[in-house]
Amino acid sequence: MITIKNLHASIGDKEILRGINLEVKAGEVHAIMGPNGSGKSTLSSVLAGREDYDVTEGEVTFNGKNLLDLPAEDRAREGLFLAFQYPVEIPGVSNINFLRTALNEIRAYHGQEEMPAKDFLALVKEKSKLVELDSKLASRSVNEGFSGGEKKRNEIFQMAMLNPKLAILDETDSGLDIDALRIVATGVNKLKSKDNATIVITHYQRLLDYIVPDFVHILYKGRIVKSGGKELALEMEAKGYDEIKAQFDSLES
Amino acid sequence: MANEILEEHINKDYEWGFITDIAADEAPKGLNEDIIKFISAKKNEPEWMLEFRLKAFRNWQNMVEPEWAHVSYTKPNFQDIIYYSAPKPKKELASLDEVDPELLKTFAKLGISIDEQKRLSGVQSNIAVDVVFDSVSVKTTFKETLAEKGIIFCSFSEAVQDHPELVKKYMGMAVPPTDNFYAALNSAVFTDGSFCYIPKGVRSPMELSTYFRINASGTGQFERTLIIADEDAFVSYLEGCTAPQRDENQLHAAVVEIITHKNAEVKYSTVQNWYPGDKEGKGGIFNFVTKRGICLEDNSKISWTQVETGSAVTWKYPSVILKGNNSVGEFYSVAVTNNYQQADTGTKMIHIGKNTRSTIISKGISAGFSNNSYRGLVQIKKGASNARNFSQCDSLLMGDKCGAHTFPYIEIKDKSAVVEHEATTSKIGEDQLFYCKQRGIDNEKAIGLIVNGYCKEVLNKLPMEFAVEAQKLLAISLEGSVG
Ligand SMILES: Nc1ncnc2c1ncn2[C@@H]1O[C@H](COP(=O)(O)OP(=O)(O)O)[C@@H](O)[C@H]1O
Ligand SMILES: [Mg+2]
Repeated sequence: MITIKNLHASIGDKEILRGINLEVKAGEVHAIMGPNGSGKSTLSSVLAGREDYDVTEGEVTFNGKNLLDLPAEDRAREGLFLAFQYPVEIPGVSNINFLRTALNEIRAYHGQEEMPAKDFLALVKEKSKLVELDSKLASRSVNEGFSGGEKKRNEIFQMAMLNPKLAILDETDSGLDIDALRIVATGVNKLKSKDNATIVITHYQRLLDYIVPDFVHILYKGRIVKSGGKELALEMEAKGYDEIKAQFDSLES
Repeated sequence: MANEILEEHINKDYEWGFITDIAADEAPKGLNEDIIKFISAKKNEPEWMLEFRLKAFRNWQNMVEPEWAHVSYTKPNFQDIIYYSAPKPKKELASLDEVDPELLKTFAKLGISIDEQKRLSGVQSNIAVDVVFDSVSVKTTFKETLAEKGIIFCSFSEAVQDHPELVKKYMGMAVPPTDNFYAALNSAVFTDGSFCYIPKGVRSPMELSTYFRINASGTGQFERTLIIADEDAFVSYLEGCTAPQRDENQLHAAVVEIITHKNAEVKYSTVQNWYPGDKEGKGGIFNFVTKRGICLEDNSKISWTQVETGSAVTWKYPSVILKGNNSVGEFYSVAVTNNYQQADTGTKMIHIGKNTRSTIISKGISAGFSNNSYRGLVQIKKGASNARNFSQCDSLLMGDKCGAHTFPYIEIKDKSAVVEHEATTSKIGEDQLFYCKQRGIDNEKAIGLIVNGYCKEVLNKLPMEFAVEAQKLLAISLEGSVG
């Protein structure tokens, strides 16, 4: 699905990603954990194609294509989806209109015709049920005036609508109460298949009770410093990041 | 790569910039009483009309061009303009209603149907259109259909001939010839325009519209529109315009007057798309226009909706005088400036009657090196008890080399008035654009979405087919302005 080799990225003269290696195969769920500021959001932004960051070294292959060569919109069209840590508001643009544009742009990229309005509305109905999204939210402006939890749920709704190959969920759990968390996790689990993959970024173990990862990676200061199975998440939860921090900070100096 | 795309956008920017090769019947350059007499004679006008013109001209000679607007340009040389230019048919036309094929082609290219049989693409209802080419109205459609309802819809010149009592009574009522420099100039030299009268109790069965096209070079366009809605009447009126791409600036100084009687309503929508000049700011139309309506009697309503994307310099304040009690004035505006365009636009709401209400929604979008100003006056006169106004002026900046300015003026002479004013300035965010791209929407489409979302309140006020047109135009006007 995606292979990341020695990825370095910086903003200005500040290097944030300092050699990331990661391979995610179809059907897998990977969790990336790590303290605040370790570069988790940066990694997702760089993969999604945000231009603020300079990729200085490394390669990323996504479904056989050189991901870093593609503009952001083409990465999305190729099936990469990012559920934003901070979803953006677009006043005056209805969720429905936004998604219909997105869906049809993706279809056009694959040489498919626009989805007929009737099918589209049926899809909206089906997928909003999946994340128990209030149908009123679908016709409201994108994220405008949504509560934190509604925004996160809307991200998963969009993911369900666009049916990506690789979904990166950037702290989708933050700001969710336990009920909302369960709904979102159930949604994500229902969308899981042997043909797609998910990267779950979080710094709480809580979400991983619901979305059970095949692999857990600890990101610290722009590097994956430890990888393991789902038990690694529990270990981190119990011990905190202090040990890891101490170990790698001493290595640096 | 990025540069190539940008180039492409700019080159395809103004697709209405072609010139029609047609012989014209023109006045000599310059402005004096003889020219005015020439225009009046061309139109075979009655004495009172010529008097009106000459009086306006003498006034104008003592007036100075206004300088208070937040725009800078080289003032036109009024002696270097041709004040009358009419397309001359290649052959004798069989009837007055026949239109030169060259003109038919022009308007087909512009997407304007002057063939009553042909429906505009995808549009359910037909629209009656008065087509003004340079100084003259070349065709008015659906005249007969409308006449059955008692509606008069014709060129201004015809109205002067056929309905002099109406023209005499209403012309200058909302915009007196002494009102301002350009209104005075227009009153002296106006050449044609549209006239519309909706009789008592009639709702116009279709939308009426005027399409203005400047073609000849070195000319100015000075048209007048007069719309009268008698008691209980209603009409929705549309105005569109384009001009060829030329290196020199051309002057367009129009006057639009609307008068509503008791319980009457007029909705006036404009999509202004005059040639804006090239990307270096060369050429383009100077759009100095006076538009004003007067709610003469109780419970009447005048609503202006404008989408301004064209012109090099715009100076325009569609206003409403709320004279009748309970009358309502509305102004919904989107003004887009890109490259070196300058716009100073807004409205005046003058509350005179009791319980009068006005709403102002202005959305400015500036890109490139442009300057975009909102200027609005809300005036509550003494005795206008319980008057209300709500104003909202938003500015959207694209890039950091453009300017957005807001000049609200509020004068309240009656204590019972409630006046609210809100203003915001925002930037089109990289975050918004990236969010769209991450969903598979490219830059251009994303800008279109975001801008249309931002203007939604105004676009919603436009008749459907106009709204679609306006959305496309917004996208085109802003192409290549971000990213
Ligand atoms: N746009 C930016 N400009 C400057 N510094 C940034 C920017 N984005 C991220 N950083 C810095 O990069 C580091 C990693 O940030 P981030 O990827 O958001 O971490 P995480 O998501 O793991 O909390 C932090 O030190 C942060 O301050
Ligand atoms: Mg983060």
